[in-house]
Amino acid sequence: MLDFANLVSSLPGGVAQGLIWGIMAIGVYLTYKILDIADLTVDGTMCTGGAVCVMMIINGHSVPVALLCAFLAGMAAGLITGLLHTAMGIQALLAGILTQLSLYSINLKIMGWGSGAGRANQAISVDKYDLVVSSRYLFDGTYPWYKSPILWGAVFCVAIIVILYWFFGTEMGCSIRATGANPNMSRAQGINVDFNKVLGLMLSNGLVALSSGLLAQYQGFIDTNTGRGAIVIGLAAVIIGDVLFSRIFRNFALKLLGVVFGAIIYYLVMQVVLWLKVDSDMLKVLSAAIVAIFLAVPYWKGKYIPVKIKHLPENTETAVASAGKEGKDNA
Amino acid sequence: MLELRNIWKTFNAGTINEKQALRGVSLTLHDGDFVTVIGGNGAGKSTMLNAVAGVWSVDEGSITIDGTDVTRLPEFKRAPFIGRVFQDPMMGTAPTMQIEENLALAARRGQPRGLKWGITRAERNDYRELLKGLDLGLEDRLTSKVGLLSGGQRQALTLLMAALKKPKLLLLDEHTAALDPKTAAKVLALSDRIVEENHLTTMMVTHNMKDAIAHGNRLIMMYDGKIVIDVSGEDKKKLTVPDLLALFSKASGSDEADDKLLLS
Repeated sequence: MLDFANLVSSLPGGVAQGLIWGIMAIGVYLTYKILDIADLTVDGTMCTGGAVCVMMIINGHSVPVALLCAFLAGMAAGLITGLLHTAMGIQALLAGILTQLSLYSINLKIMGWGSGAGRANQAISVDKYDLVVSSRYLFDGTYPWYKSPILWGAVFCVAIIVILYWFFGTEMGCSIRATGANPNMSRAQGINVDFNKVLGLMLSNGLVALSSGLLAQYQGFIDTNTGRGAIVIGLAAVIIGDVLFSRIFRNFALKLLGVVFGAIIYYLVMQVVLWLKVDSDMLKVLSAAIVAIFLAVPYWKGKYIPVKIKHLPENTETAVASAGKEGKDNA
Repeated sequence: MLELRNIWKTFNAGTINEKQALRGVSLTLHDGDFVTVIGGNGAGKSTMLNAVAGVWSVDEGSITIDGTDVTRLPEFKRAPFIGRVFQDPMMGTAPTMQIEENLALAARRGQPRGLKWGITRAERNDYRELLKGLDLGLEDRLTSKVGLLSGGQRQALTLLMAALKKPKLLLLDEHTAALDPKTAAKVLALSDRIVEENHLTTMMVTHNMKDAIAHGNRLIMMYDGKIVIDVSGEDKKKLTVPDLLALFSKASGSDEADDKLLLS
């Protein structure tokens, strides 16, 4: 029996998670779309940020400080991947995998901080700490509206988009965009391509870790499995955002907003899938399949669908001649 | 302005594909020289330009630009001295960025790139005027993505970008080879104009002997990783294609001049 009311009541949670993962997806957008690097570090960073954040809060630091430290920890992870790639000449994909693997150990140590051994998980209770986002704020009727994780998720997303919009309009930001768009041209224009790649990876992983810090608070715990397959979710959000909104969202800030919408849509779809009682063990297969198909669509389009050229109705020769002339005039 | 001293470069050393691309190249360019470089495939023309630009480091020899030894500097640190236009029109511009953004990137060559705005309003007006000079209608399309431009338009834009920060040296690497003849002629004429207006010391690689003769004040021909012919001044003005072929046969000691040069 499918209960429609169940679905409706699960949707706000989907939106809140989508907003939190939207920050992560913006991080993926920076590397995948702007730097043209598929960075797999994020699977590790998506746990590191939460681990750092939770441990900081448990040890008496305030939530903002904990989130800042999560961001910095993510940047450190990005720095490692960046150096493996640029200073040690390892392919970006492999560099990310190496950092991701080592982060698994690091994450165990972070979560076991002070206990002398590694730990695979840590819980953080909203009853004991004043968390910025929590699923309890959403589903427990006792909290006021301004505690809503949807509101705070949106505030974080908008603030990050505004800051990134500014940053990528600066000289430094422009040079990072150029690095991804054409490294040859960038070098010829005096841009330090390696430095920019490292910087981009740091910024991206910082955002992912920040998202992870929020996610840990939202779900009330962090464990080593958090972040497994994160890159796929991030890519799904980027691609869904691109496919659905690229026609209307042309401005950079709006493109980032499209990515956040992509993440929200992903989580809403996941809520529907869960509601349909799909075996939850199979969710990751489903996610991977969705991303694979969306990635394949542009390739298939280019390969199998012929480009239609408009011919002038009466005389093809004139059409070709005038098109040729036009081409030359443009040149 | 530019001094190459005994440059050697070998690719894939120690493998079956070993190629001695530059074998002791020495060359001095004076301020305002416009040198055209010709030679067959694999003669070392582009390799020499890449050596100057710093795409990789040379095995031996030294490179000095306007008194600065740049032999050990990476490519991006040499960029302040050098403007470049490539053979592939795709290579000189960022396709996903706007025309004005590309120009703004070039305008900051050699400067630290901080947190100031990447492009200012005053710059936009300057760029509009500059683009008007190209007479390609680009002045009305400042915010168009460069990826939408034709090959010729891109090469014209790349030329403008190369000269924007008045470089010590302009390197043109077969920059008209990928264009149709009419567009190529336009871009060549534009190159001449920009070189003249800015008084740029220039090296232009071309596979077209007529172009090599018609442009610049000096002509060098490369063969097998070496400079084999160097003609300048009055001799260069009087030069004809048959002269050049004869010179080449003499210098290389072979009759393969026609094949090697005309077919490449």
